Amino acid sequence: MAALIIILVIIVVVILMFVSMYNSLIRLRNQVKNAWSQIDVQLKRRHDLIPNLIETVKGYMTHERETLQNITNARSQAMNATGVKERAQAEGELSGAMSKFFLVVENYPDLKANQNFLALQEELTSTENKISFSRQNYNDQVLFYNNKIQVFPTNIMAGMFNFKEETFFQVEDKSDREVPKVSFS
Amino acid sequence: MWELIQSNKRKTMILFIAMGIALILLGYFVGSYFFPGGGVFGVILALFIWFILSMVSYTAGSSILLSVSSAREVTPDVHQQLFNLVEEMRIASNLPKTPKVYIINDAAPNAFATGIKPENSAITVTAGLLSKLNRDELQGVVAHEMSHIANRDILVMTFAGIMLGSIVLISEVFLKGLWFSGGSSARYRSKSSSDSGQAQMIIMVVAIVFAILAPIAAQLLYFAISRRREYLADANGARLTRYPEGLASALEKISSTDLDLKSANKVTAPMFIINPLKKKGMKLSDLTSTHPPTSERIKILRSMAGGVNYINYQNAFNMIKGKNSVLLPAAALSDQTKIDIRKASSDLEPASNIKEKRTLGDLMMTINKYAFIVCACGLKMKVPPDYKEKSITCPRCGRKNEIPLGDISTISKVAQSANI
Repeated sequence: MAALIIILVIIVVVILMFVSMYNSLIRLRNQVKNAWSQIDVQLKRRHDLIPNLIETVKGYMTHERETLQNITNARSQAMNATGVKERAQAEGELSGAMSKFFLVVENYPDLKANQNFLALQEELTSTENKISFSRQNYNDQVLFYNNKIQVFPTNIMAGMFNFKEETFFQVEDKSDREVPKVSFS
Repeated sequence: MWELIQSNKRKTMILFIAMGIALILLGYFVGSYFFPGGGVFGVILALFIWFILSMVSYTAGSSILLSVSSAREVTPDVHQQLFNLVEEMRIASNLPKTPKVYIINDAAPNAFATGIKPENSAITVTAGLLSKLNRDELQGVVAHEMSHIANRDILVMTFAGIMLGSIVLISEVFLKGLWFSGGSSARYRSKSSSDSGQAQMIIMVVAIVFAILAPIAAQLLYFAISRRREYLADANGARLTRYPEGLASALEKISSTDLDLKSANKVTAPMFIINPLKKKGMKLSDLTSTHPPTSERIKILRSMAGGVNYINYQNAFNMIKGKNSVLLPAAALSDQTKIDIRKASSDLEPASNIKEKRTLGDLMMTINKYAFIVCACGLKMKVPPDYKEKSITCPRCGRKNEIPLGDISTISKVAQSANI
């Protein structure tokens, strides 16, 4: 009788352990998804801001057609990209085009006196920052989750219920890791 | 981040238990002083006072602090950049909800965070802070405050403050009562036998000594917790922004001001990023201040070399302090990932004095709901919210300008048009 109770207790404890492991994996996977959706929001916001920016500046920057065209192209490419890797690359290119644009803006004092443009510039700078902060957060969450999948004993659980490792959001171009230099003077 | 909070909790727990024991002992001795065997009653009374104070701060603490500091909640049209920065730091620190934003209409630059739970927290800045700092510096300040919220510093400091408050209250009432009554236990002493009289005498002396020492000890503990948490928030802020210079330069600007923050008092002072009551040139002793010396905080941030991770802050801290004290928990220091310092995102050259005063004036009027109307001749008129007429005559050119309905400011209109 006593042996039976002990065996039962052990079984219950093992089941509870499995449940809590499974739940922690689910929680971490949801956090990764949530972090990804936060990047998504910011990327979409940038896509929405760009047409406005082009509309505001094109009257001033008649000689910079190429720079503006680059941004428009990079934007449409980024909007059509699918999958974490392809998207990271396309968005990286868009960031590059944007930082080139902000460098060129320095040559247009009239533009820098335009209130509408200044407000847009603040919005874009902030969106760029939010993209890099949410990317950082996403990568942190992916690291936690991937670690959990690889270590014992959760790796057994992960194998049984098909938890797969997630991809990091890495930007290829090194210069894109920094926020573009924007002047507020 | 998580490990940091955990280890913080453990260390703070120990300090809390020490303060709790001091409170219980104080209650016991004060109770025994008034009548033999009254120790238990004294403990119950002490805990009751503590409980009432805790309940009040838990339910109404932040709203009391905010209204005492005359802080007002604002909408993004008052200062879009501040809202952007708060959202940026919210994302960076992975908090579930964006804190509310409050502004104090005062020219002295300063900031603080409130909210026992991260879900209903708030960040408050003064109008002076917004006009004095550039984007990077403001980001540093917001990151410091966001770290206080994420590390649950406000919770800890509130409850440490309550324990300190209870201890101070009980000892003060006891000592004052003693002074006026001339020792009320004399009655008991005359009635009791000489043996218990002697015991009562000892308890009396212990009670008085304890009532004098407990508040001092509790205060020193409280200051120690507070200072440690300021350093931690600096370290965290530098890591969140990846730009220690922003916070360092902001601290420099805030501490160099001659202006007084009118609504700050002794109770609210520890909350601010820099103690608003500390007068220039006055040197407070290391042990009795809630904030570490600002010059030291700036030096540590500026000597962070090779990255902005916790380990870099700890190394800089040891270098400046000249000793090997453990500021950050081992779990945070074991993270050896190299996080690079990013470049400045905005010009660090200071805004001119006149321009700064003008932005400050405009900002304070925006908060007070003034309308801004630009006349065709270029003059910007500031119309108070209680202005009843439908139009206003320009004092320079004499043109009549209509006041648009619901107009708050031209600044807000521009900001809104950018919000697609």
